[in-house]
Order: sequence, then structure tokens, then C-alpha cells
Amino acid sequence: MTIAGVIDVHGARPNGSDGRPPYLTVAGLEKRFGSFVALSGIDLAIPEGEFVCFLGPSGCGKTTLLRAIAGLDRQSSGTIVQAGRDISDLPPSRRDFGIVFQSYALFPNLSVAQNIGYGLVNRRLGRAAIAARVEELLGMIGLVGSGDKYPAQLSGGQQQRVALARALATRPGLLLLDEPLSALDARVRLRLRGEIRELQRRLGVTTIMVTHDQEEAISVADRIVVMNHGRIEQVAAPEAIYRTPASLFVAGFVGTTNFMTGVRSAADRVRVGGFDLQVTPGDAMGTGQVCTACVRPEDFVIRNVCPDTPNAIQATIEAVEFLGAVVRARLGSPQLPDLPLVADFSLNAVTDLDLARGRAVTVALPPERVRIFAGLPE
Amino acid sequence: MSPIAIGGRTRSVDREAWALRIALTLMLAIMAAAILLPLWSILSKSVEDRAGAFVGLANYAQFFGTPALAQSIANSLFVAGLTTLIVVPLAFVYAYALTRTCMPAKGLMAGIALIPILSPSMLPAIALIYLFGNQGMIRELLFGETIYGPIGIVMGQVFYCFPHAMLILTTALSLADARLYEAAAALGTPRRRVFLTVTLPSAKYGLVSAAFVVFTLVMTDFGIPVVIGGRFNVLAIDVYKQVMGQQNFQMGAVVAVVLIIPALASFVVDRVVQRRQVALLGARSVPLVPQPQPARDWAMLGFCAVVGAIILGILATAVFASLVRLWPYNLSLGWSNYVFEDFDSDGWSSYFNSLRMAAATAVFGTLFVFVGAYLVEKGKGAGWARQVFHLVAMVPLAVPGLVLGLAYVFFFNAPDNPLGGLYGTMALLTICTVAHFYTVAHLTATTALKQMDPEFESVSASLQVPFWRTFLRVTVPVCLPAIVNIAIYLFVNAMTTVSAVIFIYTAHTKLASVAIVNMNDSGAIAAAAAMAVVITATSAGVKLVETLVSRVVLRRSQRWRAR
Ligand SMILES: Nc1ncnc2c1ncn2[C@@H]1O[C@H](COP(=O)(O)OP(=O)(O)OP(=O)(O)O)[C@@H](O)[C@H]1O
Ligand SMILES: [Mg+2]
Repeated sequence: MTIAGVIDVHGARPNGSDGRPPYLTVAGLEKRFGSFVALSGIDLAIPEGEFVCFLGPSGCGKTTLLRAIAGLDRQSSGTIVQAGRDISDLPPSRRDFGIVFQSYALFPNLSVAQNIGYGLVNRRLGRAAIAARVEELLGMIGLVGSGDKYPAQLSGGQQQRVALARALATRPGLLLLDEPLSALDARVRLRLRGEIRELQRRLGVTTIMVTHDQEEAISVADRIVVMNHGRIEQVAAPEAIYRTPASLFVAGFVGTTNFMTGVRSAADRVRVGGFDLQVTPGDAMGTGQVCTACVRPEDFVIRNVCPDTPNAIQATIEAVEFLGAVVRARLGSPQLPDLPLVADFSLNAVTDLDLARGRAVTVALPPERVRIFAGLPE
Repeated sequence: MSPIAIGGRTRSVDREAWALRIALTLMLAIMAAAILLPLWSILSKSVEDRAGAFVGLANYAQFFGTPALAQSIANSLFVAGLTTLIVVPLAFVYAYALTRTCMPAKGLMAGIALIPILSPSMLPAIALIYLFGNQGMIRELLFGETIYGPIGIVMGQVFYCFPHAMLILTTALSLADARLYEAAAALGTPRRRVFLTVTLPSAKYGLVSAAFVVFTLVMTDFGIPVVIGGRFNVLAIDVYKQVMGQQNFQMGAVVAVVLIIPALASFVVDRVVQRRQVALLGARSVPLVPQPQPARDWAMLGFCAVVGAIILGILATAVFASLVRLWPYNLSLGWSNYVFEDFDSDGWSSYFNSLRMAAATAVFGTLFVFVGAYLVEKGKGAGWARQVFHLVAMVPLAVPGLVLGLAYVFFFNAPDNPLGGLYGTMALLTICTVAHFYTVAHLTATTALKQMDPEFESVSASLQVPFWRTFLRVTVPVCLPAIVNIAIYLFVNAMTTVSAVIFIYTAHTKLASVAIVNMNDSGAIAAAAAMAVVITATSAGVKLVETLVSRVVLRRSQRWRAR
């Protein structure tokens, strides 16, 4: 499934900035390991009940930020406020969260029921109350009757659910998930992410999930925090991240993007090689500045294009790849030499227009779909 | 959530962090008192004169200038070198047979090879006297040479060091990558060339390590030369004579410091080798499964059977010696030599002292070692203190027992030491023995702890369960097999050790191994043999019980390991 497809299935979501008071606020957070700066200038506000994903390439600091919020690795500076309480200097045991690690960290010598009840035992609950709560959680994760098994006797997906139940047993206000699905195979991963999302909605627990899988983030999150090099690049709903990326990095990291680097030649023009690309004016970029235009593959128009349509490009289809509902084509154009373009066409268009390798076509880029960023892609 | 907590540390916040910090500080202080300070006192003693004034290296100059003492160095180097040359090839072939062939009866052979570890080092020396001594059963085989001297020492050391070398080489040879052998076979390489180009290079670190370990064991062993050395002086005996005989503590300290050198070298080599050896075997290596080759397999069995027969023969000689009433005049068998009261005023009580000391070492040592390793591996914060702890834990491997024992004399017997009250107690013997064997136990514990998920502590913190609860409920049960191993290791070594404790025992705390030396000195060699046999039987019994217990109890408590 393509990223665009995932968004279409779920539609728009509340973006979290609708005036609810934030449940968790991170301000001016910085984390150094020796002289290496792992996180800097992290500001983040998460409303109660929201499902947030930290998304970014490996080593960008997602885990570090999650562990700072948990208090497992203290930040070098900055504050963290949870439910109106400054928790910046509290050890993890004085904070209010449940956590699931990539490895699950289930206690191997304790049964499933003992694992789930682990945090309940020292809460002055009666034996019966604990047993009832464990039973309830076993029901919630669909493992009724498996309470006496040991973790080694469960499948990876089942272990993951036990870890989730253990984290939720004490009804924490905040649920932290560090790549909870990455140890599972693709099919189980797909099912479990739906289950996690379902459970989170039902319980209304504020949740942060770390992932480097953009499709996963887009499909489950209310809002995505895109990170790179220890900084936050953008915080927005999945659709906004996809449609209006805030930076070249986000545009390139989430979904597929055609990068066209050129020079601003006029308020509404970017010169790419020998081609004058029409764009919507309105940004602060001056003429003569090096910039990059970004276009999504699905934004190419192929029907009703004539030579005087804005940004009409004559091109040849060099390769096609069948992706299901759409066909992805690689286009080569003499107007944009050495700059292959990736365009998606509906199966309909392919049939109607008889698109195949070697066909000469004219496509257009609607100026309002072209996004301009200063500088070059990484 | 109480609002009092805002922005600050509350009392219960600090409870866990403080518990960790206090435990670490306390244990570091104990380590310093049990290892570092005694070593410091022996170093400083070696640069003082009898009155306690600093004299620089004058003692060392005097030591190297005394021809008799310099001769001891040559003697020690000679027997250590010769033993190494004999033991390493023997152990290599034996380990090769165990790991790389389809020889029958591997388990039995591996077990027999380990017997010497269960005995005090005096046992083979005593047995050799019965075999080759002036009235020995087969003394003709020496063609008139005497067993009291280098020949006897080397023969005894070969017996005593064999299992140590064999264990190292077995580990090295079992880390084979089958892909290398398949590649060699695919290229049609002859077997001898495969052995020279694949097998030997991959075992070279193990060979180096084994050679150093054997060399050091011989240099620093005291039990064998004291029984069979005759007038052939070695360094380990010199320390003993200087201190116990001539009360020349300064010169004793000098010899002890000289003895640290080979141990230190061996320690460094071992560390380097360990690192390289791990790197040799990548994650993608395919373990080598030996293929049957009847001619080779039977030849190997023959070799192992001969070695095994010699080991068993020496043990049987000791048992026989302990049962014969009066060799060689009255050959009737009986238990008269086991009536230790007839030979030594302490009688059986030294054996019971040993039992008590070994039990205390196993219990308290394991406790201390495991908690210490836990703090090093799983503690939060205080990074440098945990590193220091780990470093100090490595030190005992580089300190021969004789040196440690002497260091204890200097440190704990000093008139101004507030810990002086420990001197002469069973507690000090226990502390000394734990310190003596600390490193291997510590490494066993850290290895076990490293294999645990690093997030257990994080999970329990997030569930607001204090770390000590998770320690007792998860960490200890999961590490139980390693904990049992450590306890057995400490017990067996505490039963057999003599080199450190010979300096610090007193009339009330005499140990069985010391009694062997004393009875042998006074000519009661049959009783000494009997005591050595009793110690060996005890160690073997404990090992046996351990095997049975781990079959039954451990299997039950480790049920969760099954899939
Ligand atoms: N204890 C540490 N000491 C030194 N550097 C560290 C430490 N922990 C993390 N780092 C560095 O901080 C950076 C961020 O690490 P982090 O684990 O947060 O990345 P991540 O975004 O979770 O990556 P991944 O997707 O691979 O899990 C990395 O460059 C990492 O090397
Ligand atoms: Mg991570």
C-alpha cells in the first residue's frame, strides 16, 4: 500500500491543537552524550488522549527523547511537565507511565499472569483484586487461558501483547512504546498496529510510539513528530505531514518525492536546468536563491494537458512498475535532462491512454502542487 | 500524584538511588581493604628496612645479589618452562580429541581430566614419592635419579596444571567455524595442511593463554615443591622460608613482588587473548560438527586413555598410600592413617575448619560477588565507581596466592590497623580466600548478568517496583545456574588452597591443606596422603551433589527455559 493510499483510507483527523490543555509538555530539552548532542531544542506539547508517533531515520534521537520523557536517561537540560506536574528531575519510579520495549523485556521466569500483575503486587491490592485485574487484561489482549504459560512458550505477537498488558495494568496516564512492532513479521505487525490503535482509543490513554516505519506512523498516529539529527522537523497530523511537509527533509522522508533543484528566477518562477517551472508566489525567498521544488508522483496530471497548460512537460515513459491501483512510471524529458521523474497514473488512465514503455506523453505539474524549499536536498 | 513532588527530589525518590550508592560505596571499601590495601602494604614493605625506614630498591639489589636467591629464580623459570612445554602439547591433543573427533567416551574422558582440580597440589607430590621415592614402588624407572628435585616438581606440576590448560584449549578449539573447513576441503587441501593453516591459527590465542597460565601456576605454586622439592629451591619456597623461617619480612616481600611479574604478564596476555578470541568468531559462523574417522578416533581414544590412566593412577596411588599401614614394611590396609590425632595435635579439627571456611567462602563469597557484579552491570549512575569496582575485581587474577597471603600478614597484622582484630580469625581466612578467587567468580556473574535484558530495571521502575524486588524476583532466579557455579567454584578452591592461607592460619584456625604440609614436614607422609584424599573426596562429593541437584532442583526451578 502506498502512503497516499493509507491517508485516503483514514481521512482527516483532529490535529490536537484544538485548545485542549496539553497533558505532556516538553520545553527546551537537550541531551548530550559527552560532546555529542543527541537532542537539542526539543519543544513539544501533547494533549490528553492523543496518539503521537516519533518518526525519523535511525540514530535521530527518537529513543533518546522517549527515554528522557520516561526518566530512564535524564536530559542534560530542559523541562518536562506531565499533568501539570514538573517531572524533569524525578526518577522513573516517581513518574506515571507504562512502557513497552522493542525486546518486550518480559520476565522469563514469571508466568504471563505474574508478568502482567508485576506492577500491581506492591500497590496494596488484595490477591483477589489483582487476579481479577489480570484476568481483565488477559481478556483485553485476547489471551484468556494463557496466564500460566511462560513467555518462551508464546509467539512474538503474543509476547508483545503481554508486554502491552503489563504496561497498562497500573492504568498509567502515559503509554510509551519504543518500536513495539519491529521484531515481528510484516503480517503480524499490520494486525497488531491496528489492535494497539483500537485499544488506545478505547482506553483514551495518551500514547507515544517510536517508529522508523513511516507507513506505521501515518496509519496509527493522531499526530506525527518527524525528527532528524536530534531536532524536531515538523509536528502535524499525518495528512498535513504528507501534503504540506515543512522542510525538504520531511518531504523526502515521508512518501516519495521528486526533487528538482534550481534557482529562483522570478516571484513565480524557478529555473530548473533549461526549464522554467511555474510556482505559486508568496514565500519570502528572493530571486537568485538556490532552491528545490518538490512534487509528489500522484500530482502529475496526464489528462487534458495541452502545450500551453502551465508546467507542461514532454517526456518519454522509460519504465513502468505496477503497484496495484496505480502504475508508477519513470519519465525522461529532454526539457529536464538527467532528471528522471517519478509519476503515478491511475490504472484507468493507463488503459485509456495506452501508457506503456517508450510512449511519448505530455504531463503537467499544477503550480499549486509544487512546494519550494530553500537549499538542496540532503 | 502528590503536588509536593513538583520540581524536586522527594525522600522516596532518593531511597533507591541512595540504596544503590551506599551499597556500592560499602562494597568498594571492602574491596579496598581486602585487596588493594594489603597489596600496597606488601609493596611498601619491600622498599623498607627492618626498622621500617624507606630504603628504595636496596632490598631488591640485595635479593638479586644473593647467589642462592638468584639461583631460585633460575630454578623456578626452569621448572615452569619445562612444565609448560610438556603440559601444553598434551592438553592440546586431549582437548582436540574432546572437541574435534568422534572419539567414544568423551564425557568420561573430560571428567577424568578434571580430577586434579579437586585435589590440593600436595596430592600428586605425595603420590610421586610413593611411586619414585627412596622406597618407591617403581623407582627403578628413574635410573638412579632422585625424585626430590626438579624431576618430581615437574611431574607433579604436569598433573596439577593439566586440567587448567585443557579447559582453556577446549574452549579455544570449540570455537571453530565450519565454513573455513568446508572451504579448505572444497579446494582439496590435504588434512595436514588444513591442520597447519586452519586449526592451529584459530587455536593460537588459546595456546598462548594456556602457556601463560601454566607457567604462572608453576611459578607461584607452593604445595608441590614444599613436599617434593628437596634441596631444589624455587621462589615460592623462598618466600615461605624468608618469612616463616628467618622472619625476614622485607626479603619475603621482595620475592613476592618478583612473583607478581609472571602472574601480571599472564593476566595481560589473557585479557588480550579473550578479546581477540571473541572477535574470531563472527555472528555468522557455523559451528563445526566433527565427522567420524575411525583410525583417528581410536588413536585419540588410546592417547586419552593413557593420560587418563596416569591421572587415575596418581590418584589411586595417593589413596593406596593413605590406606597402607606402614609403607613398605607393613602392607596391610586399614584406616589407621586417617586417625589424624595420632599424627597432628589438631587431628580432624583442621578438616572441619576447612569445611567451615569453605562453606563460609561459598555462601558469603557468592553473595558478595553476585551483588557486586549486579551493581557493576545493572547499577544506574556513579559510572566511574562501577568501573573502578570492575577493575579492582580483576586484580586478584594477577596476584599469586602466596603474595596475597603475605600481604594479609603485613596489612592485618600491623599494630596500628583498626582491622587488626580480624587477624587470626576464621573470618580473615574466608575474606582472603574470597579475594584470592574473586576474579573468575566475578566474571562468571557478570557474564550471566550481561545475558539478561537490559530493560528489566527500566520496566520495574516504570511499574514503580523497587529495583531490589526485581533483583530477588527475577535477576537471582534467572541467574541461579551461574550462582550455583560460583558457589561450587569457591567451595572447591577453598577446600584445596594452601598458598594464601599458609601465612595467616593460627592454632585455632588451622586448615586441612595446612595440616597436609605440616604432617608431611614431620614425616607423617601417609597421614598427609590421607588428608589429601579426604579433601579430594569432599570436593568430588560436592561436585557430585551439585550435578544431582542441578538435574533435579534446577530443572524444576528453571522450567520456564523450556519452549
Ligand atoms: N548512551 C549513549 N552514549 C552515546 N551516544 C548515544 C547513547 N545513546 C544514544 N546515543 C547516540 O544518540 C543518537 C540518538 O540515538 P537514539 O537511540 O535515540 O536513536 P533512534 O532515533 O532511536 O535510532 P533507532 O531508530 O536506530 O533506534 C545516536 O547517534 C546514538 O549513537
Ligand atoms: Mg531507537
